[in-house]
Amino acid sequence: MSAPDLAVESNLRALSQQADRRRPSLQRAPLEGRALRSGILTGLTWIAALLAAVPLFSVIYMLFVEGGSRLSWETLTALPPSAFDLGGGFGNAIVGTVVMVGIATLISVPLGILAAVYLAILEPDSRLADTVRFLAKVLTGFPSILAGVFVYAVMVVTMKTYSALAGGVALAVLMLPTVVLAAEQAMAMVPKKMKDAAYGMGCTRTQVILKVVLPTGASGILTGVMLAIAGAAGNSAPLLFTALFSDYYLSSLTEPTASLAILIFNFSGMPYDNQIQLAWAASLVLVLIVLAFNILARLIGRQKY
Amino acid sequence: MASVSFEQLKRSDSVSGPPSSGDYTLDRGFRAVAWASAALILVLVAYIVLEIGGKAMPAISQYGLGFLTTTEWNVQAERFGILPQIWGTLYSSLLALLLGGLFGIAIAIFLTQDFLPPRLAAVFRTIIELLAAIPSVVFGLWGIYVLIPLLRPVANWLHDVAGGIPFFSTSLSGPGLAPAALVLAIMILPTVASISVDALRQIPYKVKEAAYGMGTTRWEAILKVMLPTAASGILAALVLGFGRALGETMALAMLIGNSNQISLSLFAPANTLAALLASSFPEAGQVEIRALMYAALALLAITLIVNAVGLAVMKFATRKFEAER
Repeated sequence: MSAPDLAVESNLRALSQQADRRRPSLQRAPLEGRALRSGILTGLTWIAALLAAVPLFSVIYMLFVEGGSRLSWETLTALPPSAFDLGGGFGNAIVGTVVMVGIATLISVPLGILAAVYLAILEPDSRLADTVRFLAKVLTGFPSILAGVFVYAVMVVTMKTYSALAGGVALAVLMLPTVVLAAEQAMAMVPKKMKDAAYGMGCTRTQVILKVVLPTGASGILTGVMLAIAGAAGNSAPLLFTALFSDYYLSSLTEPTASLAILIFNFSGMPYDNQIQLAWAASLVLVLIVLAFNILARLIGRQKY
Repeated sequence: MASVSFEQLKRSDSVSGPPSSGDYTLDRGFRAVAWASAALILVLVAYIVLEIGGKAMPAISQYGLGFLTTTEWNVQAERFGILPQIWGTLYSSLLALLLGGLFGIAIAIFLTQDFLPPRLAAVFRTIIELLAAIPSVVFGLWGIYVLIPLLRPVANWLHDVAGGIPFFSTSLSGPGLAPAALVLAIMILPTVASISVDALRQIPYKVKEAAYGMGTTRWEAILKVMLPTAASGILAALVLGFGRALGETMALAMLIGNSNQISLSLFAPANTLAALLASSFPEAGQVEIRALMYAALALLAITLIVNAVGLAVMKFATRKFEAER
């Protein structure tokens, strides 16, 4: 090897060593500033996420420990006890809740689906549709107690009595926006070519809606309905002064009516162990009802998509 | 091919055929009903506002704006003011937003930025959504019998050690602002988390890839690229969560102590507009009901404004991404 070659080679080696020194490592040292900060934040996020799950499990644990021990056929069917009595139950409250949620469903579901038909299929871009969509979204954030105030002013004052009917209407006001928005979304997701195919066969718009859009979107609509029912069943604020409470089984729709949520509210503040145990048991029943509808909604929603 | 006339194809027993006049009438009727149902929502909202406003009118003309700035709620003397309730509503909601917002956004990041394998993330998302399914009264009951006993020693220790700080200036004897705000935070967390998740999901994947390609760490990508990009959606989540907190009733009526006072202390009992309605309405007489209608109108105004702002921000946020795609 000649001298110049050697010189070139040593130059090259020096250069590459220099380059090696300048090239950062592709591995990040875990304790280097940036990586360390990233690691700490990751840890904090994990802690936040786990902490957020604690209340749910704590609530469920308490419900089963405190409420489960008191659950029996008697608590599910008997009438609420008076102050110093032992035993008793909340059969009338279960019936009242079911009846009022039923009334609310009967009112809000047909109305909600029809309104959604207008929003999703008939005139999705009209000014009315835009306004209604916006108002429905505003209504989902509407304080539930104000639905109670409204129905009190409209129905309780004119009928001169608290009633299951008024309670049902108040719950319907709260269910309506949920049903509308969910049904609209479900119908908007029906593929355009299915509708076009039906139109191409000469269907009227009503036929397209009734025979193609509604059956296709049914699972999505049903999911929304189930979620709305779950929300209404657990909602108590609007019932406070529309349905009030009653210590007896419901005998007519135009008299004060018991509900699980109001029973829990009333009994939670009482200084008697029996009532507090019943409040826990009623909470367990209420949560099971709400969760059942929630899970149903998820199962129906999953089947399709 | 032989030509077949339309009349020949149409047989009386055939299932196919052009819509009959009956079908057209049905069509027109059905569309009219659908239109009416949609319009009904408009009417309903207007009716709610007018009805509550109308019922509040006598109280408005009687007490004027002083109603909003005085602190006394005295049924016997017929003197009514809701400043403590307004203060309590805003203070408790703000505290809840601080806590619920922080955790909600953290969870949204946790769920969208590949911290968990997709299947586990779905499970965790379900857990957070189930939190939203727990009824307000049940949280109230849990607050009374689990949270307050748990908080009391901590609160009283803080009061002993740092009683000079206005936030800790009273001890927690039972119901109070701190347990109420904590439960409120738990209740708005799912709202904040789910809207923030949607905002973060909307960001095209290539944006994150570009950030990683520049050699950022995961958190540099989150803090400097993902969060700023999703900022308007997250803001909407916070505003809507705040709106939820303002109107929340039952848990607060059970936990806040229903005491009409203005205090900075986290451990003092307070009151909110919704809790005032819940606790006073069922037993109120004519005069008090009028005042309560005024309070309801104030709550309606506050929540409608906050929700409308939240929705407007959200609309803006979604539109931004539609334009980019």
